[in-house]
Amino acid sequence: MIEVMTSNYAAAHGARLSKVEVIAAYPITPQSSISEKLAEMSVKGELHGQYILVESEHSAMSLLIGASYVGARTYTATSSHGLALMHEMLYWATGARRPIVMTIVSRAMAPPWNIWGDQMDVIGERDTGWMQFFCENNQETLDTTIMSYRIAEDRSVMLPAMVIEDGFILSHTFEAVDLPDQDDVDDFLPKFNPELKIDFNDPRRFGGLVMPDWWSEFRFRIAQDMEDAKKKIIEVDKEFEKKFGRSYGGLVEFYNCDDADVILALAGSAVGTAKHVSDKMRERGKKVGVVKIKTLRPLPAEELTKLNDMVPVVGVFDRSFNFGHGGGIFSEIRNGIYTPGGGLLTKNYVGGMGGRDFTPKHMEWVFEDLLRIKKEGKVDRMIEWIPLRDGTGRWY
Amino acid sequence: MPKFTIPKEEYLYKGHSGCPGCGTPLALRYALKALGPRTVLNFPAGCGGVVLGVWPGYAMKVPVVDNAFECTAAVANGIRAGFEVKGVDDAYVVGWAGDGATVDIGLQALSATVDRNSNIIYVMLDNEAYMNTGIQKSGCTPIGAWTTTTPVSGGKGYNLTPKKRIMDMLVANGIVYGATVNIAYPEDFVTRMQKAKDIRGTKFIHVFAPCSAGWRTDPSKSVEIARLATQTGTFPLYEVDRGKYSLTKEIKKRKPVDEYLKLQGRFRHLSKDAIADIQKLVDEEYERLLYKVKVTNG
Repeated sequence: MIEVMTSNYAAAHGARLSKVEVIAAYPITPQSSISEKLAEMSVKGELHGQYILVESEHSAMSLLIGASYVGARTYTATSSHGLALMHEMLYWATGARRPIVMTIVSRAMAPPWNIWGDQMDVIGERDTGWMQFFCENNQETLDTTIMSYRIAEDRSVMLPAMVIEDGFILSHTFEAVDLPDQDDVDDFLPKFNPELKIDFNDPRRFGGLVMPDWWSEFRFRIAQDMEDAKKKIIEVDKEFEKKFGRSYGGLVEFYNCDDADVILALAGSAVGTAKHVSDKMRERGKKVGVVKIKTLRPLPAEELTKLNDMVPVVGVFDRSFNFGHGGGIFSEIRNGIYTPGGGLLTKNYVGGMGGRDFTPKHMEWVFEDLLRIKKEGKVDRMIEWIPLRDGTGRWY
Repeated sequence: MPKFTIPKEEYLYKGHSGCPGCGTPLALRYALKALGPRTVLNFPAGCGGVVLGVWPGYAMKVPVVDNAFECTAAVANGIRAGFEVKGVDDAYVVGWAGDGATVDIGLQALSATVDRNSNIIYVMLDNEAYMNTGIQKSGCTPIGAWTTTTPVSGGKGYNLTPKKRIMDMLVANGIVYGATVNIAYPEDFVTRMQKAKDIRGTKFIHVFAPCSAGWRTDPSKSVEIARLATQTGTFPLYEVDRGKYSLTKEIKKRKPVDEYLKLQGRFRHLSKDAIADIQKLVDEEYERLLYKVKVTNG
């Protein structure tokens, strides 16, 4: 059934169709309409579990960890400062191996206050052991929510997952979304049945003190399972396609890349803009390709390494800056594609932050810049902010 | 009337990691004797979890969940919510936190859980400072006490703020049931827990439990000191059942507070005047409690 809805509503429908059993809700712009929609669904009896209003995001995550220990499927959603407040419990969810799924409506971190779209919040949490799935459009938000439970709850994975949609650009924009039938979702997504949970007949302690002589083993298991989750992510994406006719590439999607001269890699709603501009430029004979980073965690290093053999120049667009050397996705991709002695040229484009428009015109400038670098054979500046008002960064 | 006897079953195994003279193992034993085997305990950072020992073993017969410092009530609420959606209605969920984890860092989550009236028992193990981290002042540290963050030098520096009135705060918050208990009064302890477990909603049990390492006391005197806390009126035993205060242990003639203070190294620096001030404060607080009993039952 096709309905026109925002990405936030698509997220709420994704949670409903996944038959989540415990929801913890706390408002923050631009996430609030997810919580509101779920409240409405709860009152109408469309949800299968409990909808609990908490007093902070920290308690939201804490409460879900508790519920997940019993074996309940859990859900919450947040943005920016709410996510930052959860920071401690994000590590906890990972270490406790609770496969919580959470929608992040990505937003800038203050000060100065800014409620608009920006990926600094999620990039800042990329090392907490959560899987991170970025969404390009509203349909993808819904589909990724359902797939995330399937992946996260798999006994070989048992790690939490963030489903990331860009604040306002997706969260408050209406698009046509195909709502799957509940029966089909039930077929695709089995009930959550963890190997270990609170059990009075088999009492265990979860999360107690571990001494240094065992600690690394606990961390290594997470690292290993995160790495192995890549196979599961690809497998689930394929099964989803078989069942529902839609695929998102699993880890990465190569678009217009086969014969490309240059490639731009990016994540989130700007992927759609990049694909559109790539199509238009190809009509004019300019062979530019797009790599969509669907999954940032686990980092699809093997897939990204292929870029070394595909093009001489790779650009990375970041809707965040993390006060290190470039945006977070730039750092990650350079890490992923690095080959000793390889000659691949890379450049970071930082833009569209704090809700600033990043239009097809900007995107075209980025591709032209990459083509220029290819021609000149060198990168003049590695990190470019576009646009900036005082001219230190360049416009198109 | 037959004499009340404490259930024989033990749920805390021997070989736990409690220090000599620690009040926590007694408190855990009494609480679980009252609640039985279908109980899940949830510990934040603190002595409670440490007493259970180190992975891969743990010294307890019931399931245990460990959690971060400030989220005891929220996690307990989550466990309860999980049981509710799974149709488990014969289990007890206990959040077991220290005084700092309750009246300081965990107050927000506790208040919201009381607000939702989640069906849990919240136990505050009060040893009057952050003992697990090494005797730092908490909101429950009494006036006059030495701690490592209220060090004493030249008759100055000891803690000058009174204990937070956590019970009154939670009563104002609308808590359905609250009680103070003391490891020196096991029968009363078990009775309060048994009463709490049969009430639906959020219950708060304030446990008085000495820490001989942090109080600078003789480990063999922990129970004696704990008993003196109640006999002097420093830690009166009472309950608040749906807003009504009542004494659960009446002390006909309160002993002088000096008898309680003088056994503890943490009060060693106090002058006669300072002790007289503390006596005055204890008397006032006790009168205030009697007044609360009177007006809420009138």
